[in-house]
Amino acid sequence: MTKRILTYRQAVAEAMAGEMRRDPTIFLMGEDVGRHGGAFACSKGLVEEFGAERVRDTPICESVIAGAGLGAALTGMRPIVEIMYMDFMAMAMDSIVNQAAKVKYMFGGHAVVPLTIRTAFGAGRGNAAQHSQSLETWFTLIPGLIVVTPSIPYDAKGLLISAIRSNNTVIVIENKLLYGEQGEVPEEDYVVPIGKAAIRREGKDVTLIATSRMCKLGEEAIQVLTEDGIDVEFIDLRTLKPMDMETLAVSIAKTHRVVVVNEGHRTGGFSNEVSARIMDECFSDLDAPVIRVAAEDVPIPYNGKLDAEVIPAVKDIVAGVKQVMS
Amino acid sequence: MNKQMEPQYLIDRYRLMLVIRLHEEALKVLFKQGKIGGTTHLCIGQEAIAAGLIAQLRKDDYIVSTHRGHGHMLAKGGELRPMLAEILGKSTGYCKGKGGSMHIASLEVGNLGANGIVSGGLPIAVGSGLSAKMRGTDQITVVSFGDGASNEGNTHESMNLASLWKLPVVFLFENNRYAVSTEVKCSMAGCDMMKRAAGYDIPSRVVDGNDLEKIHFAGIEIIDFVRSGNGPYLLECDTYRIEGHYYGDAMIYREKEEVDEWRLKDPIGRVEKALLERGVLTEKECREIEAEVRKDVEDAVEYAENSPEPAIESIFEDIFTKEDA
Repeated sequence: MTKRILTYRQAVAEAMAGEMRRDPTIFLMGEDVGRHGGAFACSKGLVEEFGAERVRDTPICESVIAGAGLGAALTGMRPIVEIMYMDFMAMAMDSIVNQAAKVKYMFGGHAVVPLTIRTAFGAGRGNAAQHSQSLETWFTLIPGLIVVTPSIPYDAKGLLISAIRSNNTVIVIENKLLYGEQGEVPEEDYVVPIGKAAIRREGKDVTLIATSRMCKLGEEAIQVLTEDGIDVEFIDLRTLKPMDMETLAVSIAKTHRVVVVNEGHRTGGFSNEVSARIMDECFSDLDAPVIRVAAEDVPIPYNGKLDAEVIPAVKDIVAGVKQVMS
Repeated sequence: MNKQMEPQYLIDRYRLMLVIRLHEEALKVLFKQGKIGGTTHLCIGQEAIAAGLIAQLRKDDYIVSTHRGHGHMLAKGGELRPMLAEILGKSTGYCKGKGGSMHIASLEVGNLGANGIVSGGLPIAVGSGLSAKMRGTDQITVVSFGDGASNEGNTHESMNLASLWKLPVVFLFENNRYAVSTEVKCSMAGCDMMKRAAGYDIPSRVVDGNDLEKIHFAGIEIIDFVRSGNGPYLLECDTYRIEGHYYGDAMIYREKEEVDEWRLKDPIGRVEKALLERGVLTEKECREIEAEVRKDVEDAVEYAENSPEPAIESIFEDIFTKEDA
């Protein structure tokens, strides 16, 4: 049987459509998600199938989009809200951080918040400083939020279905440059479990841990490294929080060397959390300090050459692996 | 002549206002005794608003409250015992001691939460309004906010979206004149919420926020309007915060004379006067009701004080909901 190939954005749309067919309490709202089909075409065709009641174009008001998602989730609906660019999450922070993340705990447990917040992040498109950031650590540091970062179409569908079915607030961080990537996506509904990393390649020399688009770059780096005789074990973290330390620990016990690649900044980016957890829990297995490949501590510049220089590139991953092997 | 409430109804609301007042008075004592953590915001002087509007709501309606929210909760059907237990941080409280005064909530009561963030609740009210509409029920949401919140972006975004989508939301603007120390005329351009509501195509009216009957009769019409699917409505209640922003506030930002002037407009005193003038209750009967309420509050304080602290292990509970299999 031939494999069914979809793009990442089609996988996102298919997850939402399938879930909305299954459960009438699920609806999507956000800026331009209706007739326009979403800024990144992730909801193409949805308003035609489900109507404007369930695929709701909102004004530009991120705080209320997220907060209304919470209010609806608390009262019997299962909203999916889209915040067009991750940078715009800044406008929605109170609703997400002080409200959605906290209500269950503040209420002593009796609130249930089946809220999915989708957003798109990442540099490399000439979008400059306000449309390119990797802000995942804004959310991973907040107890009460689950954060997932699918890197391939299969996971874009499966993790999103898991998020929609979750009874908790899940931030689904998609990558703008991955939306056009193709991959195998089964037609039936399936879930990729939250909190499970994926071992993409087994190897014995070094563990390369990557997130989102950095996984794609990691794969390219591995081709180079394999030619150089380095046998890389490659892990796609998939869920940032809760992090799958079990899978990491097993791998590190085998390879004893680790490189972490994340598109966030060197200071405070998510590579730091991965590195710190490995230091906490796997220190005795390490033969060398963990190497972090991260973005420079500068805003993302507009110019393409400058942008490429700021965020991790294949050569940086190759250099990181060689450094940890030396 | 002003419309008058049915005698029994007036007595019930009088009692409710006393419950709120004596609850708040009890908190003063508990606070002085060091039994309340953090800070607590009292609604003394604003009881008529909760008793006039919120007490009319159905059990399945929602309220979204504020940091000054004890009265809202009690008017919506919240009980004294778990209220006071929560404020004392006990495991028998509405939030098992994890929320406290600023986060009292109960989905069963229909309170989607007091809120520690000024204007933080308005988007939530848009969501519960949307949810009711999408589920095809006639539930409404009343969201309270003050003059402080009137200048927050959330308030404007929420009014806009609620109006755009014709959501069943009552925006209850409790103008108590001060945002912490800042008087409304120093913070709110134009000082006219009705104009702002009109800007979002939301009908509105202003009532004396210390007049139970005015609020009650306005409330009947407003609730009917919103429940009938006509979209949101804004009710401004002009009132005054008799206590400081928090209990213990030195209140150097206002004159004692101003506070004394407002004490004369005490909403409970006005209801009591009406009850006596109309021959509904005698002075003696008023004192008997007050004594009964005082006893209920004392009982709840005792219950709260004798309740156990939450278990230390509970810090790791209630962060996430268990997933369906």
